[in-house]
Amino acid sequence: MKLTRILGLAATAAIAASACSGAAASPSAAPASQAAASQPAASSGTGAASAYTPPTDGGAAKGKTIAIVSKGEQHAFWQAVKKGALDEAAKLGVNVTYQGPANETMVNDQLQMLQNALTNNPAAVCFAALDSKAAGDLLNQAKSKNIPVVGFDSGVDSTIPVTTVATDNIAAAGLAAKKLAALIGDSGKVAVIVHDQTSQTGITRRDGFVAEMKNHPNIQIVSIQYGAGDHQKSADLAKGIMTANPDLKGFFGANEGSIDGVLDALKETGNTGKIVAVGYDSGQQQLDAINSGAEAGAITQNPIGIGAKCVDAAVDAVNGKTLPKTIDTGFFWYDKTNINNPEIQAVLYK
Amino acid sequence: MQTTTASTSRIRTLATGESVQRLLALGALVILLVFFSIIAPNFATLENYRNILTATASNGLLATGVTFAIITGGIDLSIGTGTAFTSVAMGIVAVNWGLPLPLGLLAGLASGGLVGLINGTLIAKAKLPPFIATLGMLYVTLGMAQVLSDVHPIYFTDPQPALQDFFMGKPIAGIPNIVWVMFGGAAVAWVLLNKTVLGRYTFAIGSNEEATRLSGVNVDRWKIAVYVVGGVFVGLAGIVLAARSASAQPSQGMGYELNAIAAAVIGGTSLAGGEGSIVGTLIGAFLISTLGTGLSVDNVPQQFQYVITGLVVIGAVWLDIFRRRSRA
Repeated sequence: MKLTRILGLAATAAIAASACSGAAASPSAAPASQAAASQPAASSGTGAASAYTPPTDGGAAKGKTIAIVSKGEQHAFWQAVKKGALDEAAKLGVNVTYQGPANETMVNDQLQMLQNALTNNPAAVCFAALDSKAAGDLLNQAKSKNIPVVGFDSGVDSTIPVTTVATDNIAAAGLAAKKLAALIGDSGKVAVIVHDQTSQTGITRRDGFVAEMKNHPNIQIVSIQYGAGDHQKSADLAKGIMTANPDLKGFFGANEGSIDGVLDALKETGNTGKIVAVGYDSGQQQLDAINSGAEAGAITQNPIGIGAKCVDAAVDAVNGKTLPKTIDTGFFWYDKTNINNPEIQAVLYK
Repeated sequence: MQTTTASTSRIRTLATGESVQRLLALGALVILLVFFSIIAPNFATLENYRNILTATASNGLLATGVTFAIITGGIDLSIGTGTAFTSVAMGIVAVNWGLPLPLGLLAGLASGGLVGLINGTLIAKAKLPPFIATLGMLYVTLGMAQVLSDVHPIYFTDPQPALQDFFMGKPIAGIPNIVWVMFGGAAVAWVLLNKTVLGRYTFAIGSNEEATRLSGVNVDRWKIAVYVVGGVFVGLAGIVLAARSASAQPSQGMGYELNAIAAAVIGGTSLAGGEGSIVGTLIGAFLISTLGTGLSVDNVPQQFQYVITGLVVIGAVWLDIFRRRSRA
């Protein structure tokens, strides 16, 4: 009896843990830009460069601590953000603490992390809100303690942050749509796998893609499905779409987990190379697929740049400098032809 | 935890009941507090102690509620995602329908009670194992929260700012009201468990369900009541979570049930049923949040936080088994 109870607990833990990772949003999940949509001038270039000049010296912020509360810590994308932040902090002579919840549904857990960060009285806080409207109380707390807040990634829906450091996801997803349209001869059926319909990144990437496709009247978006950024789930969804639409010509996966699922589905159904796949972010599977031609290309954000720029902005805020309302960290289209360019290699992660 | 394992030989000789486990948990909590106060520079501040109290509120309520089910020898896995369901119910009543906030709070408690009623009925009447019934309800409550909210958070900020203003308000000792809600809820639970017939039957069912049934007790009805009590506490936790984020988050709660069960277990509630206490559970909940806050304030990377928290839970369950075996 006793043993079965204990086994029961172990099973509970295992099932709940697996259920948890299944529901965990977007492995590479990322941002949502609140930056004003600025169409990139060149389709393979970065987003419009901002007028922001990063500091070259820590100034009065030297030796002080900047607390970064992010949307994640474990996934490759967030590891790259962290690396960018730590490197920049070392360069400027400031200290950085970095925390993020295990998955992107953990809004209350993230608020607790922000609370913990504020308890330490850092010189500045960088915050990427999972739910930007939910953090108002703590932002007021930061304000009353005179701790400047830098919003990054999806930013913070409030007047308190001194600036927001982010990718323009609408423009970036629009570029993905433009590329996919060109690759399928500007006509035919396409489908979209998105990580979720609640996060800013999920919404803005989907909407950016759909908006651009309106400029391509011969292209029909037959389905938009949400796979929680989970490979397996996204693959199953993609297979279902292919069954329903045998004449499908293209797929867009809106984050790393989504496109990886699409690639798995294409492989399992023998459609690799027949259906054009366009992705987002990087990661080993996607990089291999682009090199082999299984995936036509992808949008990459600049996670290292996001990390670095949010430290820059925090240092500037501590030093009392005025900051622009938004700092765009840029994005790139990359494919087989430019994947080995140094400027692309610098922002890709495995 | 080292100190607790070191003193296990003492338990063998004493071999007393759950009070030892509770004492050990309390000792571990004190040791943790002292330890973090020494190593983490900003830990030993009034602000941080308030922070730990605040961090305990929702888990403390969930753990208190689930303690009843565990004492009967059952389990409730639906309490985590149940908070998504109950806070969405609050949001629908108080925001979408625009009814007064107290009615929204009532809806939160009632929807929790409803989930408990379904759990209890599935377990007592349909004879489903508690593990399976509540595992099913884990998904049903999460799904219903998303269906009812159309997978969008419901924000209280605009039409019902009083929710956050009141529950996160700090009229006494700078401690937010959600902490007092937790202590109030725990006090009610203590009375229920120790001073009422519900509590007596809760222990009786957990110790020997068949004997309890044969002595003429309507076991089914009391089991249902136990899960309803747990459900109402889920409703309370839903209020706390909604107040903290000023929103009802339809995807929240997966994994919260494990934190709550861990708190109860650390506090000496036996998964084999028949033993447990509200005070122990609260100590367990404080231990978990002290550990989490301490490691976080000390900037320990998350991967190590998981490892350490896991070891604490294993240590506590191991102690539980060890104690039982040495007594048998």
